[in-house]
This record gives sequence, C-alpha cells and structure tokens, in this order.
Amino acid sequence: MSYTICEKILIKHNNNKDLYPGQFIHANIDLIMVHEQLGGIIQEEYRKLNIDYVWDPNKIFFILDHWFPAPTISAAQRHQKCREFAKEYNFIHNFLQNEGISHQVLPEKGFAKPGMLIVGSDSHSTTYGAFNCLSTGIGASDVIAIFATGKLWLKVPESYKIHLTGTLPKNVMAMDFILKFIGDISTKGALYKSLEFHGEGLSSISIDGRMSISNMVVEAGAKFGILIPDKKLENWLKSRGLNSLNFTYPDDDATYEKEMTYDLSDLTPIIAKPHNPGNLAHINEVEGIKIDQAFLGSCTNGRLEDLRIAAEFLKGNYVHPETRLIIIPASKEIFLNALKEGLIEIFIKAGAIIGNSTCGPCIGGHLGVLGPEEVCISTTNRNFKGRMGDPTSKVYLASPATVAISAIRGKISDPREVM
Amino acid sequence: MKEIEGNVYLMGDEVNTDDIVPSKALTIIDIAKMAQYTCENIDPDFIQKVNKLNIIIAGENFGCGSSREEAVRVFKYFGIQAIIAKSFARIYFRNLINQGIPAITLDWNHGDFSEGDHLKITLESGKLLNLTKNKIKQFEKLPEFILDILEQKGILNKLKNSL
Repeated sequence: MSYTICEKILIKHNNNKDLYPGQFIHANIDLIMVHEQLGGIIQEEYRKLNIDYVWDPNKIFFILDHWFPAPTISAAQRHQKCREFAKEYNFIHNFLQNEGISHQVLPEKGFAKPGMLIVGSDSHSTTYGAFNCLSTGIGASDVIAIFATGKLWLKVPESYKIHLTGTLPKNVMAMDFILKFIGDISTKGALYKSLEFHGEGLSSISIDGRMSISNMVVEAGAKFGILIPDKKLENWLKSRGLNSLNFTYPDDDATYEKEMTYDLSDLTPIIAKPHNPGNLAHINEVEGIKIDQAFLGSCTNGRLEDLRIAAEFLKGNYVHPETRLIIIPASKEIFLNALKEGLIEIFIKAGAIIGNSTCGPCIGGHLGVLGPEEVCISTTNRNFKGRMGDPTSKVYLASPATVAISAIRGKISDPREVM
Repeated sequence: MKEIEGNVYLMGDEVNTDDIVPSKALTIIDIAKMAQYTCENIDPDFIQKVNKLNIIIAGENFGCGSSREEAVRVFKYFGIQAIIAKSFARIYFRNLINQGIPAITLDWNHGDFSEGDHLKITLESGKLLNLTKNKIKQFEKLPEFILDILEQKGILNKLKNSL
C-alpha cells in the first residue's frame, strides 16, 4: 500500500492499524492546545462528568491569547475560570500571561514535533502543519472528550497535492499565494480534505511564510494542511531544541484526489475583498480604496519576517494622517527580537500603534475595533461581515507588505511599486 | 430514533460562525444571554422567528469560520431540531453532531423549500418530506458511527455512558 503524509500519521495514531479515506477512527491525540474556550463551555461541562483528572496533563498546552489582557468584565471572568480549571486539574504547560498567540507560541516553545497529531480549540490550529505535524481545529465538546480519554473521533480525509515551483517576486509574500489559492479553489473547495504542499517553490519560502500557508488552509475548508519537510525546517526545529527528528514523507505513488501546480514566480499581490476570504482580487482591481485602519498581526502574519518587511516600508516614512496602523507581534519572542532589531522604534517613529501579543483586532475583540462604515486592510485570516467590529465595516485581507504600503498612502496600494 | 418534525427557517450560502454568534457576544458565559445576539448581523428578526421555525435549511459551506461551539449551542438553546445544508464546514459539522443535532447534507434547488414549510425527516431511511409542498427528497444517510452519537444525544452523553 502507498500512503499520503496524512494517512501515514493517522495510521500511527490508529494503533498502527491500516485505514482508508472515509473511514471513521478514534485517533490517539499527542497534544491538545486550548485557549479561552476553556473558560466557557469546556470547564462547565467537564465538571459535570464528575471526574477529578484529565487524561494526561502533560499533553495539554494552555494559553490565553484571544482577549489578553481582558478588555471587558466578561472576558476577565472567562480568564478567571480558565485559571481556576488549569490549577485544579494540574495543567503543566500554562502560558497565562502575555506570551502571545497560541499558534505562534506553541511551535516556538518546541511543542510541535514532526509526525505528531495535534488538535486545538481554534480553527487555525492547522498552522502546525508547517512543522510536518497533522493538526486541526476542534470544538469544545471534542476538547472535553480528549481531556477525558485522549482520543478523538475523526474521518480519514482524502488528500490534495499542491506542487509549488519558482520563487516569490520581491514584496510578494506567502500570504499572496495562499489568498490566490483560496480564491481559485473557493472557500468550500477543499472541505474535509488534507492539503499536502510540495515542491522546490515551497523550499524557497521561509518558515514564517509556510506558517501563513498552513494557517490559512482552513479558509478553503481543509481539515489539514501539511508541508513537505526540508533542511530549512530541520534547522528551525533544532534551534528550538528538537534534535531527534522523524519526518514523514508521502509514498511516491500515494493517491491524491486532486493535484494542482502553482508557479510562485507568476504571483502578484492578492487581496480578499469583503466579506469572504475567497473573494479574490488582484491588487490593481482595488488600488486606491481609502482605508481608515491597517492591521499587521495575528496568527496568520504577525511574525518577524512580516515585521521586517513592514519596517522596510515604514523606515523614514509616516503613516497617513487619516489612517491608523496597528502592529501586533504574534508572540513575546517576536516582540523582543523586533525590539533588538530596531523595528519597534521604526514603527513608533512612523506613527504606528504597537499592541501586546494577542489576537486583538482580528476577532473584533479589542485594540482596534472598527466603527460603522470603516474600512480596514488587514493581514489576518477572515473578513466576514462584522468580524472586526461594526457589521457595516469592511475588511480587505492582504500581505504584510501590502498593508504597510497602504498604511503609508492611506489607501490600498501595490507594494511592488516601491522597490 | 424518532422522526424529526418542524418548520423551515431558510439561510443562504457561506453562513459563518461570526454571523451566528458575533464576536462581541462571544465572551458572555450565560448561553441564554449570548443567544439574544444570534444571527443579529444577518437577520435582526431571527430570535422572534425561531419560536416557530426549528429546522434550518441552508446553502453551501454552512458554519464556516471559527471553532466556537457556541454557534451550535445558541441554535440548540432555541430548539433547532436539525440543519440541512448543501455542504457543511467541517468543525461546524462535528460540533452539530457532538451536540446531538443532525447535520444533513442535501443538494436542494431554489423552490424546494420556503420559510415556514412543514417538514418530516427520518434519519434512518434518509427521507425528507415537505408536507407543505407535498414533495419528498432523499438524502445521503449519515454513517452508523454518527447516527450512534445522535442516538445518544451527543458526544458528552456518549462519554458519560462510557465512563
């Protein structure tokens, strides 16, 4: 038999029993990430089970990231409930204070090891696919079942193979690729599927960029987005203290339901127009639209590479007087590195607002909620109606380069013009 | 499993979890309070209508977006009996099943259903009867694995039964 990466990793987590796409299994979970969801349904329902333990406190990664520090009383109450539960059930890996966004902090701390099956109480838990893990998002009841048993029911998905060639042109980023992909295939084009990314084009993309790709696969409906490992990944993981690495590759004759090829060299800056991440536009179709707010951050694009490229644009420039630019490094580590490299100083001098590492405005929670009719260009993952604030506001999704230049000009602008 | 009976509430394509529970309501802990915001951005009359309408018929990619199970629980709070859609986003599908609400995939056409139509659904046979329009539809039956979770009224009950 020949297998895709997804099938190989699932077999390992199915007590080494063979499986096929469409089959239901009870998979053994290696690691579960849980955030503020814990303080809602999860803690309340878990207590009703009347069990005074969790299956393995060492396999739970717990972090507060969505509304940190609390912007409202109800968010603060949620955090209180989270802390109580984590203490009561002896969670070991607690990231309670200002560490950053789950999908950034978890891999940074070396928790995402190749070959693992990781789930999280957040839809963007697909991000860990960049580290050759199989990972996806689940709901509160799933988290409860895993806390009690360590197992999750799931259907084995079919796989799509996406082959990348070429290299990205200057100021065109991994975000442009994944927005193009989602626009092409549509937001339901990869429903339930496991996406496998291959090719020398992939190797040309940084780990930061790869995380944007695996992060966004869920916006095409995918269950997993897993990337072929290489030397660059190996070096990154070693720098996180992970040395005995066991990468998973697909078999040469594995079965894919669909195969697609993209030449990265052909890509241009891409925008997702309101109110759907698949509402694709090329930059020239939306150039000149006036913006009230620009946001650079989130689990999708708040990494060091993103901040560096923004700093290239912002150095010696100033944010347009009728636009506010909010920049949020995705983790404390990124924040500190940005400080050391002088990026934060560049941002502050350019008039940007720097927030602590949190999901912030991405979910309309705090630090930049949009008012009626306001327009925002954002490096985040969703531009649903009302996502970042008032239901009449409009969000355009774009790469960090496009967001930075747009903030300077006060209107949606092409980052390739500034070279 | 008993027959499901109820009246249609119609929704479109790509209804997302922010549409169902806006993020400003997401930190509210009391589900009854949170439920007052259900679908307010897409249908301000939703919570009035839902008294009489308890089967949702929707288009493609229903429930796309966040993992927030609240987006299922608010519907459960209002007594929604089943959701029928052309396709479901995967986390939302799981959340429905886990909460014991049937998620039925059916490729329906314009004119097959109107708001308020009276329906009868039999999960075991995959039959959907529109009594108002006198039409019958066959849907792909849910796998045994999922029917078992629904039979036990959700994954948490199933878990309690097994502990």
